[in-house]
Amino acid sequence: MKNLKRVLGIGVVAAASVFILAADHIDAPAVQGGTSDITDFYAFQAENTNNLVFVANVQGLISPSATADAAFDESVLVEINIDTDGDNIEDMVIQAIPRDGKMYFFGPVAPSQTGLNSTIATTATNTGWVDITTYGEAAVTETNAMGMTFFAGPRDDPFFMDFAQYSAIIAGTADGFNDPGADTFAGSNVMSIVVEVPKSMIGGSGTINTWVESKKK
Amino acid sequence: MKTIKNISVAFALSFLAFNCSSDDDNNIVENMEPDFSGTFMQQDQMGRPAVNTVFVSGSSKDDFNVTIPSEQNAAFQSMFQANLEGLSPAFANAGDKNALQQDAATFTGLLATDVLNVSLDGTTTFYDGTNVLTGRNLTDDVITVELLLIFGGEDFTENPQFSNDNVSANDKDFLPSFPYLASPW
Repeated sequence: MKNLKRVLGIGVVAAASVFILAADHIDAPAVQGGTSDITDFYAFQAENTNNLVFVANVQGLISPSATADAAFDESVLVEINIDTDGDNIEDMVIQAIPRDGKMYFFGPVAPSQTGLNSTIATTATNTGWVDITTYGEAAVTETNAMGMTFFAGPRDDPFFMDFAQYSAIIAGTADGFNDPGADTFAGSNVMSIVVEVPKSMIGGSGTINTWVESKKK
Repeated sequence: MKTIKNISVAFALSFLAFNCSSDDDNNIVENMEPDFSGTFMQQDQMGRPAVNTVFVSGSSKDDFNVTIPSEQNAAFQSMFQANLEGLSPAFANAGDKNALQQDAATFTGLLATDVLNVSLDGTTTFYDGTNVLTGRNLTDDVITVELLLIFGGEDFTENPQFSNDNVSANDKDFLPSFPYLASPW
């Protein structure tokens, strides 16, 4: 245990910088609470171990009573970036964009340009689409000829954390976590995009670096 | 079966739109094709969980979201280190390390490039006691892992009141099969 007095200084740091700890929910002023606010990103080996799964969630903290009215924004592109050669620059993207009740997917495909601005890769050979699942409906999924599987729609927020107690610690009104803690995200939903893709389409073996972006027209 | 194979997207979408139409009017087909044109500009980005929220100072959070990962280390590592050393007693003294034997500069040097490292060769997990940063599973308790690495010191035993939020699992069970996430509340 080192320098515990510094703990008392946490509140000062927090007040200066508005420390808010969540996965990426409401992380920055320009996006928080909007349709382009990314809440979480996951990448894991699929049930079929030849495949990898990407999960990109947006629009966090949707209450059950508000979920039927929640919708993806047709002006917001969600782009999964994949770096296969270790330079942290995307070599491939998987793009997801909603149109009229369907989520359309393009890629994995080399982007026309890397970085902050994107156009949709409508000439990609790897494409697919899935009806956006509505609230209360069983999950609608589609698998394309290349073996990619798609989902888009509301889901339980998979993130869990005692965010309220962390906030109290940061604010200086609590001196530690409770045991057991309370999951601040329990009972709330997100808008979720799930893509399962054969590993052979994203490098095959080794390590990739991946991140998700939301981009607005 | 709604597959699109070896045909142009435009053709595929026209075909689908045609099926929506009750007559043969090609104008209707064209009018129903989705418009994917335009340039989309970056709003938000994320690799590892909680990085922007924890390590980026308030006035820089928007800037972090529009800095490409390959340029994040140069732009933000020193801020990450200052915020880590200010936040955690476990990194308050020179020579302090976390349980991965990373000092403040090394640890924040890793985190400042906010990408998720993912293995295509087997186990994918944020941290499972053996594998480190080989992906992120739905069940991974990423916040406790990060709290332990921030507050837990060299052997995860320091500052126990801060190093575990004691929420270790989701409020709904995940699914063994696609789409893996639980149905909404």
